[in-house]
Amino acid sequence: MNFTLKIWRQRDAHSKGEFKEYKVTDISSDTSFLEMLDILNNDLVHKGEEPVAFDHDCREGICGMCSLHIDGHAHGPSQAVTTCQIYMRQFKDGATITIEPWRSAAFPVIRDLVVNRNAYDQILQAGGYVSVRTNSVPDGNAIPIPQADAEESMDAAACVGCGACAATCKNGSAMLFVAARVSSLAKLPQGRVEGARRAKAMVAKMDELGFGNCTNTGACQAECPKGISIAHIARLNREFLCAKLKD
Amino acid sequence: MGCFLTNSSLGRKLVMSISGCFLVLFLLFHMAMNVVALISGEAYNMICGFLGANWYALVGTAVLALGVLVHFVYAFILTYQNRKARGNVRYAVTVTEKGVDWASKNMLVLGVIVILGLALHMTHFWSKMMLVELMGEHTNGLGYSPTDGAALIQYTFSQWYNVVLYLVWFAALWLHLNHGVWSMLQTVGWANDTWLPRIKCIAKLVSGVIFLGFAAVVVVFFIKSNCCCC
Repeated sequence: MNFTLKIWRQRDAHSKGEFKEYKVTDISSDTSFLEMLDILNNDLVHKGEEPVAFDHDCREGICGMCSLHIDGHAHGPSQAVTTCQIYMRQFKDGATITIEPWRSAAFPVIRDLVVNRNAYDQILQAGGYVSVRTNSVPDGNAIPIPQADAEESMDAAACVGCGACAATCKNGSAMLFVAARVSSLAKLPQGRVEGARRAKAMVAKMDELGFGNCTNTGACQAECPKGISIAHIARLNREFLCAKLKD
Repeated sequence: MGCFLTNSSLGRKLVMSISGCFLVLFLLFHMAMNVVALISGEAYNMICGFLGANWYALVGTAVLALGVLVHFVYAFILTYQNRKARGNVRYAVTVTEKGVDWASKNMLVLGVIVILGLALHMTHFWSKMMLVELMGEHTNGLGYSPTDGAALIQYTFSQWYNVVLYLVWFAALWLHLNHGVWSMLQTVGWANDTWLPRIKCIAKLVSGVIFLGFAAVVVVFFIKSNCCCC
């Protein structure tokens, strides 16, 4: 298969970026999208040009490192998968593919397609954890948790923190990410203890970092590679408002 | 608390939600009142008389104006912050994501149409009814009594361009409420995976009833005015 790639190139955070076109030829239909970019970079290095910088790590959809806005979609045209899980057979032979970095004021471009997603780490540091005493391993059944709660918590915990939600949202809102983290802990007895403090601290940090206001478009849910539901945003709203009313 | 309602994104959304809820309740009341005009002009005029230039109607109007103002001002603040959060460089390629309503992404545009329609409506009715009473006059510029709302409806909707303008206004309102009503419930946390489809259904129902109620009055009075058989 042959493709024309329209890729955003930007030397560093302070430089002005622009789109550049590249041709990739004889690509196997079973090549993954990131492998196709590896092939392009190999060609560029052989020609003495700068390779395209892009984020990647596990390449099996669990680390949340890969990003890329491909033909208007975060993580490409497929539903509920990360960029590393899409294959070139999903594109038409001869197609022009536009590849952009995440666009959000809170995710500044570092180079080419790589953005700084440290803002999500800062939100997590503000409260996305459970304080526990270190000791011997607790008994597995010491705290009974209803199956439905455990399932819901695990659904929220599937969030890999890739940033697709904020990158997709027309408001640049990180609500789905914060909601997933708050919700996954709020549904468990261990997480309830710090529930109110967590919701307030994480929302305050999200606002401080310049993310936008959620207007419930649902675009984040549609583009989330882990299919996180916006119902978790309702839970975050509940947790936050109840915590504030108790102040 | 004051800080939370202005400084926090969720607080600002709560203000939008509560002011929006108040406006929806008013719209339901206004629509029900208008539908009375379809049944009996006299009954409608009785309601107009009850809601004349007295203290409770004036307080109600002032509170309503405040609700509209708060909703409108917060909408602009939120939109400004959201545009800033999106960054200076926009995507070269954009698509409509699966399952995302057009209205949900264009609430400000729809809101501006609703406000413009409201201004037109105030010119057509409020300025010829309550304002005339407040000025101490007994007839408005058209020669009708300020409590003769039925005659004013008849006159306004006998003109086709008013019918078109009002229907466009109601359509914008319908789209705005279609997203706004369920969004309002989601913002106060009244949703989960089971209730999310239900509140979307409630929103469709509420917005549909409001649209049909208002539109029916306009269309029926236009037909009555222009059809020699009616």
